[in-house]
Amino acid sequence: MLKHILTSLTGGPVTEAAPAPADPALAELAGKLDKAAKARLGRSLSIREVDAGSCNGCELEIHALNNPIYDLERFGIRFVASPRHADVLLVTGPVARNMREALIRTWDATPGPKWLVACGDCAVSGGLFAGGYACVGPVEEVLPVDLRIPGCPPRPTDLLAGLLALLETSAAK
Amino acid sequence: MYGEEPLFGLLNRIGTPVEGHQPWPRYRLGRDGWLRLIKGLAGNGWSLLGLWGEPKAVHAAFREDFSGDVAVVSLDCPQGRFPSLSAVRPAANRLERAAHDLYGLVAERTTDPRPWLDHDAWGVRRPLSEQPAAPVPNPGPYTFLPVEGDGLHQIPVGPVHAGIIEPGHFRFTANGETVVRLEERLGYVHRGVEGLMQGRPVAEAARLAARISGDATVAHSLAFARAVEAALGIEVPARAVWLRALMAELERIANHLGDIGAICNDAAFAFMLAQTSQLRERVLRTADSCFGHRLMMDRVIPGGVAADLPERGTGLLLELVAELRRRFPPLVAIYDGKASLQDRTVTTGFVSTELVTRFGAGGHVGRASGRDQDARRSPGYAPYDELAFEVPVLTEGDVNARVWVRIREVEQSLSLIEQIVARLPAISRGLDHPSVPLEAGRGGEGMALVESFRGEILTWVRLDGEGAVTRCHPRDPSWFQWPLLEAAIGGNIVADFPLCNKSFNCSYAGHDL
Ligand code: SF4
Repeated sequence: MLKHILTSLTGGPVTEAAPAPADPALAELAGKLDKAAKARLGRSLSIREVDAGSCNGCELEIHALNNPIYDLERFGIRFVASPRHADVLLVTGPVARNMREALIRTWDATPGPKWLVACGDCAVSGGLFAGGYACVGPVEEVLPVDLRIPGCPPRPTDLLAGLLALLETSAAK
Repeated sequence: MYGEEPLFGLLNRIGTPVEGHQPWPRYRLGRDGWLRLIKGLAGNGWSLLGLWGEPKAVHAAFREDFSGDVAVVSLDCPQGRFPSLSAVRPAANRLERAAHDLYGLVAERTTDPRPWLDHDAWGVRRPLSEQPAAPVPNPGPYTFLPVEGDGLHQIPVGPVHAGIIEPGHFRFTANGETVVRLEERLGYVHRGVEGLMQGRPVAEAARLAARISGDATVAHSLAFARAVEAALGIEVPARAVWLRALMAELERIANHLGDIGAICNDAAFAFMLAQTSQLRERVLRTADSCFGHRLMMDRVIPGGVAADLPERGTGLLLELVAELRRRFPPLVAIYDGKASLQDRTVTTGFVSTELVTRFGAGGHVGRASGRDQDARRSPGYAPYDELAFEVPVLTEGDVNARVWVRIREVEQSLSLIEQIVARLPAISRGLDHPSVPLEAGRGGEGMALVESFRGEILTWVRLDGEGAVTRCHPRDPSWFQWPLLEAAIGGNIVADFPLCNKSFNCSYAGHDL
């Protein structure tokens, strides 16, 4: 354990886009996101994730944003436990009818100003589940959507890029 | 076992075999036969592998654990009623409730007749039956089981939870901090997968199968593909068989790494999550470079695989194995040596061997409680018969044991990847990637048992002559694990629930379908 702590202290961050940026796209994104985030919301953006019928693939990649390699929190963006603490709802899934009411209630519990991001093909278009008896379809049929991040599931870098786009549009509003 | 009748002995007496069901036999029973089956089940150790409905029939699958024999039984029920198995196989109860909600089949003398997947929100009742009905005008609230006693209070949680997780409802009854009972209510992520598969060409249904549970996308795709291939009598190219195993083991490692970290994180030991999530990311990136998708979704298809390894693939995989071999053991040593962690995981969330056996629970949940069962070994499928691996089994049945089973499985999977890479057959001539076309004009019924990281998946499929799916039932391992989580938390404190829950990590999407 001590050895690990020492390596962590002396080895530099594992976070990408830090000393040796393995991924130039992410590095560029990191700089931009930082500026936009500050301009609009000071230093913080709080996201409440809602699974409205996802296969859980999207959740896995959203989780990855929190790992030390993407390290979302360095931009001041963090996931919160309650909609009452959130600026953004990040919604996945083709809105299962069994989740429709819970999604609406979560949105109602989120204080304004607030944004809604549809994450993944299911949330954007209903994906393969559109048209069945059990799903409503795209999230926008239930709530107003500010941003769509397609992908099945979107890669963590797509998610980061999407959140940046959200910050820029909301700053222009 | 001594004194028990063999499964096939009974079925040959009470049923008639059905043609065209592969690779295990299916028997049609009359009502009398079904009642005798229930009697036989009461005195036998046969595991229930699944139970599913159709508009006018019900099917169930069993395994005689001792010999490994597997069989499917079917009962025509033109009146939409069949005698319930739930009294002799409690694991059947939720499956019967699901068959009722989707097909309107009534399980007579069931132990619990409440709806399960149907929350009165679909706008239709029994959507997959021959005559779907209009919704009830004023549906009453769901009735939770009654609890009585001094000083008890209830804590309702969900469907929207406090983290980035899937939706479901938990109703805790507690006395102070101690949980007296947990009752689950699931079905929130029901997307109607079985209904959507009906009438679709195999290739489209395979894409749905890949999205039953995203974390087990390879395993569910494999189970669907193998069921289809069994039904059609298709043999896939050798290289595809080995590549599928490679993807399945990568998926297993990635999930176990994520879960081990998450369990420690819930014990307030965030360091482990930070470390294992880096390793998990490493696995996903290798999967991406090798197969073009981080989770390898839609890469296993009926007939073979949709992507072959690039030339540098084997090198990348061996590097990955070497790196995990270097970085994982020190983390295991930390897990094992930290009193603050052990204090939370040892003896927490106990599940007895008797209970996992009664419910036929598989995966780390079953194996941490002494149930020595792994579909890769029994019934077994290629290429695992040619590979050397051990199935770790412990008997403590607590959170710690489930963590250790996962640790050992990661080690086994690393060795499996090495073996697979060393022996990967070359691509057959005339194929640009290893898969064979599915012929139209042949129908049939097939079933497959595949070991996901979570446990055994059963997929049953019936195809018509046009190559379309007429009925498919994928049964996620979670069906038989969720009920045990209710048992695991009893007597523990509320704050230990996240630990118990993560150590199980049942799928909501896979269960709700
Ligand atoms: S977009 Fe893809 S990964 Fe995300 S929930 Fe839908 S099927 Fe799953």
